Amino acid sequence: MTEANDVIRLLIPAKPEFVSVARLACSGAASRMGYTFDAIEDIKVAVSEACTNAVSHGYGKKGTGNIQIDLECGSSGMAITILHNGESFDAGHVLKNLKPIDASAELDKVSEGGLGLFLINALMDQVTISTECGVAVRMIKFLNGDGVGRIANKVSTTE
Amino acid sequence: MNISIKRKDQGDHRFLVAVSGEIDVFTAPELQKGLLPLTEIRGGTLILDLNETRYMDSTALGVIVAALKSASRHQCSFSVTGMTPRIQRLFEITGLMELLKRVQTSRGVAND
Repeated sequence: MTEANDVIRLLIPAKPEFVSVARLACSGAASRMGYTFDAIEDIKVAVSEACTNAVSHGYGKKGTGNIQIDLECGSSGMAITILHNGESFDAGHVLKNLKPIDASAELDKVSEGGLGLFLINALMDQVTISTECGVAVRMIKFLNGDGVGRIANKVSTTE
Repeated sequence: MNISIKRKDQGDHRFLVAVSGEIDVFTAPELQKGLLPLTEIRGGTLILDLNETRYMDSTALGVIVAALKSASRHQCSFSVTGMTPRIQRLFEITGLMELLKRVQTSRGVAND
């Protein structure tokens, strides 16, 4: 993603009812770029998960704020950055504990949440999380990517 | 973006809940409200039909896990049907498919 990119920037209120707006905008851009149906669906889920995290955790204690969504469209693919200036989190700790549901665990011990970042990691080709000011999740989907399958350690953090 | 939740009473404490539309952080609470009370019917059967569900993400998966847990506590049989290949993929990636299968197997319930 080093070539000159076309950029789309979207600012939405960090409220549940606007997450679908971000999802549809990214879906439109991805469709325009020629992604496959499955890749577009992956992008929609990843964008929604990042926005949902921003809505649910980002501004919980600070009232309301905005989420900025930057789409960089290049010939090799699309980089999407979801940014909010609300509450940060210990990305290193969270990323170390990304895992799917443990189907062998006792049912009462199975968590109902925490799958958002796991899904982002599984569905996108490259993910970087920066928590220096709020949270910025930057994720890349390559145009020739082969989708799910390489779940291990794609996510990294920056200080 | 909305969802529509249709509830069908098939008699004998057996309910089918069909969801159409998109389930995300905005609409998942509505699904939770429509689904959870039906998991509390002791000895009942609840089937979630996702045939008309066009989109879902982890917020929907969370509601399904909550329903599964509540159903188990109340000895209610809970199953999911009509998954599109796309939704099936999300279930498989997250391990939810395996969990649903395990719970159904351990209960000895046929997934009809």
